Amino acid sequence: MSDNQVMEKEPSNFTLIFSMVLAGLISGVAIIGVYNATLEAILANKAHDLQQAVFRVLPGVSKMQKLRFEHDKLNIVTDTLADENVIYAGYDSAGKLIGYAIPNEGPGFQDTISLLYGYMPDKRKMVGNEILDSRETPGLGDKIFKDLDFVANFKDLSVDPTIVAVKKGKKAKPNEIDAITGATISSKAVVRIMNLARERWEKRLPPPGGEPELKAN
Amino acid sequence: MKQKELDGYQEFMKGLWKENPTFVQVLGMCPTLAVTNSAINAVVMAVATFFVLVGSSFLVSALQRWIPSQVRISLYVIIIATFVTLADYSLLATLPAVHKQLGAFIPLIVVNCIILGRAEAFASRYPVKYAVLDAAGMGAGFFLSLTMLGTVREILGTGTLFDIPLFGKGFEPWVTMILPPGGFITLGLLLLLSNWVTKKRAEFLKQVAAAQQEGL
Repeated sequence: MSDNQVMEKEPSNFTLIFSMVLAGLISGVAIIGVYNATLEAILANKAHDLQQAVFRVLPGVSKMQKLRFEHDKLNIVTDTLADENVIYAGYDSAGKLIGYAIPNEGPGFQDTISLLYGYMPDKRKMVGNEILDSRETPGLGDKIFKDLDFVANFKDLSVDPTIVAVKKGKKAKPNEIDAITGATISSKAVVRIMNLARERWEKRLPPPGGEPELKAN
Repeated sequence: MKQKELDGYQEFMKGLWKENPTFVQVLGMCPTLAVTNSAINAVVMAVATFFVLVGSSFLVSALQRWIPSQVRISLYVIIIATFVTLADYSLLATLPAVHKQLGAFIPLIVVNCIILGRAEAFASRYPVKYAVLDAAGMGAGFFLSLTMLGTVREILGTGTLFDIPLFGKGFEPWVTMILPPGGFITLGLLLLLSNWVTKKRAEFLKQVAAAQQEGL
């Protein structure tokens, strides 16, 4: 066994640089390997989660398709990219449009909150909401998705003129929601993200009768 | 310097209690406090750390002959970071929900001082077999302590264990326990307990030895 205490000749700079470069290369190859090996499963998980979320925020939906607002109209797309110009249209089993699932994200109390809400344009009502990603305080801010009373706020909510968060128990109008006691900032952040998305999509959604058809697949 | 005599069993067992990384060495406090707010988070974190610890100790020990000592720490970090990335992507592909909960703490395993500590203090000096046993023991000790913290905090803080409700509807969750202060309180109490047990055990062994001497 070699003795660690006895120093051999000082290695040359080349040896040091070479060993670092070699380690970096091997590490890079290993990381690319695991990235490629897991990419498919990761994308499938994300697509599955999103699809489940669309079905949850739009009750009665059995089919969905992805739409992107481009060139002043909504186009049906099938890619996996998500950006602020994407929404999901939900249809019943007969192919009739029920509503849209609209994603949006914005600053929360600690980090970005990203959410998806279901909107029925004919009733001008929000019918469901799901927090897709958030890092709000456990036990307080995370009630935006754990507190069932708060989640129920969005099941039948008028969006006119805007959504307003009021103190818990003070909800009186159809466009008001009860905020969470102890997590006012998180509650208001959720409402603000929704109002911004609503403003963005107000003019973009087609008028009644002009809804995009469900593409047969 | 003469190579010290090694016993594989001892090298593994010391990590569990005598040199437990959390309770005795008090290393790796960042994940210990941050992700033990539920039992499942603690278990997954500990398993990921175990994997990285054993993998990197194995490589560091196997390559010790070829690692120039001037750049050894950088090389250890490259090895550790590679294993962490493997663990990160595997978790994201298999357990996306838990990965979401653990957030930034999986990538942060890179800077967990238990791993670099074992690589520098043990794996780089001893043969592969003992390095792996030592890492496995430390990993298992970390697993035990994290699971203990996670279990206590989840039961008190949410009234559940692995998301299974333990108490009836009347249970009022002690929210502080899943927040950072609960982590410090629980860790402090468990450190107290572990030190007390160690002390009692030493006293007991002393008494046994004294009794044996009198008997002679």
